[in-house]
Amino acid sequence: MITAIEPTQVRTPAPVPTSGPAPVAAAAKPEPVRIACRNVDFYYGDFHGLKSINLDFRDRQVTALIGPSGCGKSTLLRTFNRIYSLYPEQRATGEIILDGRNILAASTDVNELRSRVGMVFQKPTPFPMSIYDNVAFGIRLNQRIGRAEMDVRVEEALRKAALWTEVKDKLRQSGMGLSGGQQQRLCIARTIAQKPEVILLDEPTSALDPISTGKVEELIDQLKSEFTIVIVTHNMQQAARISQYTAFMYLGEVIEFGPTNQIFMTPTKKQTHDYVTGRFG
Amino acid sequence: MTTANTAMPETVLAPEEAHWGRVRASRRIADRSLKLICTAFTVLGVFVLGWILLMLLFEGITALSPAIFTQVTPGPGTAGGGLANAIVGSILLTFLGIAIATPIGILAGTYLAEYARTSKLAALIRFINDVLLSAPSILIGLFVYTFAVAPLGSYSGWAGSIALAIIAVPVIVRTTEDMLRLVPSGLREAAAALGAPTSRVVTLVTWRAAKAGIVTGLVLATARIAGETAPLLFTAFNNNFWFNTNLMGGVSNLPVTIYQFALSPYGNWQQLAWAGAFLITITILGLSILARYVINKDNAR
Ligand SMILES: Nc1ncnc2c1ncn2[C@@H]1O[C@H](COP(=O)(O)OP(=O)(O)O)[C@@H](O)[C@H]1O
Ligand SMILES: [Mg+2]
Repeated sequence: MITAIEPTQVRTPAPVPTSGPAPVAAAAKPEPVRIACRNVDFYYGDFHGLKSINLDFRDRQVTALIGPSGCGKSTLLRTFNRIYSLYPEQRATGEIILDGRNILAASTDVNELRSRVGMVFQKPTPFPMSIYDNVAFGIRLNQRIGRAEMDVRVEEALRKAALWTEVKDKLRQSGMGLSGGQQQRLCIARTIAQKPEVILLDEPTSALDPISTGKVEELIDQLKSEFTIVIVTHNMQQAARISQYTAFMYLGEVIEFGPTNQIFMTPTKKQTHDYVTGRFG
Repeated sequence: MTTANTAMPETVLAPEEAHWGRVRASRRIADRSLKLICTAFTVLGVFVLGWILLMLLFEGITALSPAIFTQVTPGPGTAGGGLANAIVGSILLTFLGIAIATPIGILAGTYLAEYARTSKLAALIRFINDVLLSAPSILIGLFVYTFAVAPLGSYSGWAGSIALAIIAVPVIVRTTEDMLRLVPSGLREAAAALGAPTSRVVTLVTWRAAKAGIVTGLVLATARIAGETAPLLFTAFNNNFWFNTNLMGGVSNLPVTIYQFALSPYGNWQQLAWAGAFLITITILGLSILARYVINKDNAR
């Protein structure tokens, strides 16, 4: 295991600007760090999927993870809510600090963690139940609240997800009957209804048409005033449009991390440059 | 239109130039004869099945009368009679059997699909379940006889229901597991990502997603045990009276009645056997159609 980590450090001799205020050139005072990865390694059985990841995610900012497919973007995202622990052969080592606690520690209550770190998947995953029950699902897991209050919470979440006007007359109908774009916004509503602190989005628009994509992007921009957002995308224009920070990943490593402007305009690594200019092998 | 038809591209080869007829004649004959043999055997199978069904329809319908549903089975040499006690007894035994088998089957199927997926224990259970699935039903009847009839010294509806349940359980386990495995893992992940513990994921999301399939499995299991004779011969046995409410001392039922009456020398008994066979066949047919309907309704959603 140690031997597997070492080449990583050899490969990136120049210190990747991952911690401290250094990466932010424009803002004098960077936002506080919400999630900090320290030497995170990830294994799918014997396959070493992530190699010594060190990254900071800043409070109420959108951080984009970009890189060619198979480079480990989803893998990294899936460590932040420990969803990988559904599969016994997958494991992560190192530390991921969320609000001062290492969430990779065995003592972490993963269900509590997941109520604080929400996730939206690539393929819309409405549950086979009504639109209302879809949104209420997460709230009901942790809270006993009355009917009237639940109505308020559901409406609030659907409004924030820009879906309310489209579904307010059919809350009792199945969530599976919505269009793809609506289903994805329903999944976002379901996630924010729980009032998480962090929202993870794994290529949330790759299954959507351009109009729905535009709606979801707009939505993400609004949500960042309340939530810390990490978004995986293979669409570089999207990363440039909606994120404040960008991490470029390749073969399970973070090659370069910094403010989105800098990554796209003046990348310091050749691989980053090649990728963002579309010249990647 | 006409111009388009006459306008032949100049590059088209003449037929003799284009090497037609490259497939050897023997190849074509082999091809056709296989098709012919397959068709012939299909027709043979359909013919035999159709014959059985037609005979059953004809004999069953002629034997049908209101008395079938109102009078109890007649004793030897007694004229007339019906099947009322056997029909009610059969419904009762089948219902009890499914009521016992449903929770066991669904929970075991859920364990295999949701909790133990790849464990060695799950593989062992799956293997045993498959053996049970194809075990001769008379064996199950004998097994239940040794522990639920012999010790009590009496045939009983309970023993019959247990035997039917043992036949239904592996069917339900299998369909439940298969249907749960069809639920996309993304749905489980999405529920877990909201902080739902496995118990909630299963009860609120995956069961719901697989509901139609699981219900279909229950219906098919009901159809399977509705016509079982062998396990009841040693357990519920049969009689010509209404059963006691405590179900002890044998419970009349259609399959065993058919079995006994069909082999008897009495004309009215044979008639009743035809009527009973007709009723069972119609019931199983109805259950199969219901199963298809449940599945189709779910697919349409
Ligand atoms: N369940 C799995 N088992 C084994 N290997 C996996 C699994 N999921 C992903 N991988 C591998 O891990 C690497 C990173 O995958 P992923 O994080 O999904 O990439 P992406 O950047 O496209 O999201 C890939 O090489 C992939 O083949
Ligand atoms: Mg991915």
